[in-house]
Amino acid sequence: MARVARKKSARTFRQHVSSALFLSPSFIGVMIFFVVPFLVVIYYSMINNPIQKKFVGLDNFTELLENKAFRLAASNTLEFSLIAVPLAVILSLLMACILEKEMPFKSQFRSFFLTPMMVPVASIVLVFQVLFNQQGVVNEFLNVFGHDKIDWFKSDYAMIIVVILFLWKNLGYNMILFMAALSAVPREVLEAARMDGASEFQLFFRMKLKYISPTLFFVTIFSIINSFKVFREVYLLTGDYPYESLYMLQHFMNNAFNSLNYQKLSAAAIVMSICMIIIIGILFLAESRFGKDVEDS
Amino acid sequence: MTRKKRKGLPGMVVRTVLALIFAIFFLMPIVLTITNSLMSATEISANYGKIFDSVNGAGSDAYVGEKVNLKFIPDMVSFEQYWNVLLKSPEYLLKFWNSVIYVVPITLFQLMIAALAAYSFTRYSGKVKAVLFFTYIILMLMPYQVTLVPNYMVSKWLHILNTRWSVWLPGIMSPFSVYLLTKFMKRIPQATIEAAKIDGAGDWRIFWNICLPLCKGALFSVGILVFVDYWNMVEQPLVLLADSDLHPLSIFLSKINTGETGLAFAVATIYMIPNLLLFFYGEDYLVEGISSQSGLK
Repeated sequence: MARVARKKSARTFRQHVSSALFLSPSFIGVMIFFVVPFLVVIYYSMINNPIQKKFVGLDNFTELLENKAFRLAASNTLEFSLIAVPLAVILSLLMACILEKEMPFKSQFRSFFLTPMMVPVASIVLVFQVLFNQQGVVNEFLNVFGHDKIDWFKSDYAMIIVVILFLWKNLGYNMILFMAALSAVPREVLEAARMDGASEFQLFFRMKLKYISPTLFFVTIFSIINSFKVFREVYLLTGDYPYESLYMLQHFMNNAFNSLNYQKLSAAAIVMSICMIIIIGILFLAESRFGKDVEDS
Repeated sequence: MTRKKRKGLPGMVVRTVLALIFAIFFLMPIVLTITNSLMSATEISANYGKIFDSVNGAGSDAYVGEKVNLKFIPDMVSFEQYWNVLLKSPEYLLKFWNSVIYVVPITLFQLMIAALAAYSFTRYSGKVKAVLFFTYIILMLMPYQVTLVPNYMVSKWLHILNTRWSVWLPGIMSPFSVYLLTKFMKRIPQATIEAAKIDGAGDWRIFWNICLPLCKGALFSVGILVFVDYWNMVEQPLVLLADSDLHPLSIFLSKINTGETGLAFAVATIYMIPNLLLFFYGEDYLVEGISSQSGLK
């Protein structure tokens, strides 16, 4: 008996070693480059500066939240998310619905919708700069309708261009997620409802939407997370010093990096990670509530 | 039957029209970039001179059109710009090479390390593993504003700031593909692995001879996603590389000078060619890879 037990524990021990060996390259890397320095970031956020190392509690955070630039960046980012995320969800769902049924050139259309996902934004910002230039095509077009010319990149309208670019880049990804979800809606249920005389409209809002609700939720959160990354588009369009309405959180961080203000950087990173963790937490809770129905079916 | 068909026809027309509108929206910037790259320098400055003149205020001898025209088809197809990129402006090619030198090792090594970790997460589970996997997911979802701060600090401690290593190492260690590959590997039937185990295969052989071949498609699709993400990178080089000689083409492209507009279109086209090739070759893998992503657990 004892020998069997020892043999077994030796085996599980070997398994543990083997498992750890497989994980170790990634584990060590993640620890060195993400987790351990993040602990230091937490420490830095609570001292006055890296030389004196005097504990100041939450002073850095109150200072940050009172900082005008940070507030501007946070409210711009929030405003962008509030506009872009609902559009990203609704339009990509619309695209998935368009491609759901038979139609000519269906697979070509799918390819067309997905191409922007692959193309680097840096390659197409030139076209956007040409389109939205003050002497550009969009203004000419507006002129036809008697609208005055708009200085797109140096006005509050700048946000619109960024939203368009964001949608251009992100709709395809969301659409694939919705297409997968729509194709998983059980056909029999839909057929039965159709027999009972339900219209396509009712089918969509009463039934399909319910079945794809976990994906709907996932796409929403995913789009929120992506909307925090929009700095990339803004930077490529307008460079280091954008119009005020396009000053994003990453601009704020870049400035803090340039002035090597560790306390500010650390406090900002922590505030943002807390926001993200709250958003991700909501996602997990929602998924464990909704996700089960789908896995069972 | 005929009634049903007739009922479906208007719907199909509406959907096709909508699909066409979306397709134009998605393809136009790409097509414009490519067609504009085929214009000669004179044609470019006649069309767009206004934009880049008004930015820099510099007068040039070339004829500059009154308005900014947007042209789909060049008057005369010319490869002049491509010649200029290849022969006269080596800095663009150097930046292109920079992009390659960052992205290829990051993609390959990230996949290797992630595949090992994914095997470990798939085969052995436990409380520690669950917590660790959760940490990976949270890290994966964090925006750059958060992760760049720890990355920057480590790079400083290791004295690799402002060298290529500061972009390579965090990129290689990024937890992104660990999560996706784990999802794929969990789908491999337990029976397949048990059978190999009974035959006396060790972990390494199971990993190398069974899991990896079965995950080929997944590795490819995750590889495409990683490649595209880093090919498009902006935030990391801006923060980690003060020396702009080390910057990838994605950043350099947004800083075109007057008179080089035509070149920029050609470079932008060259820059998206690898991505478009990957897309044509791997679209189905990509769609499958993203489809399996809905949900986080």
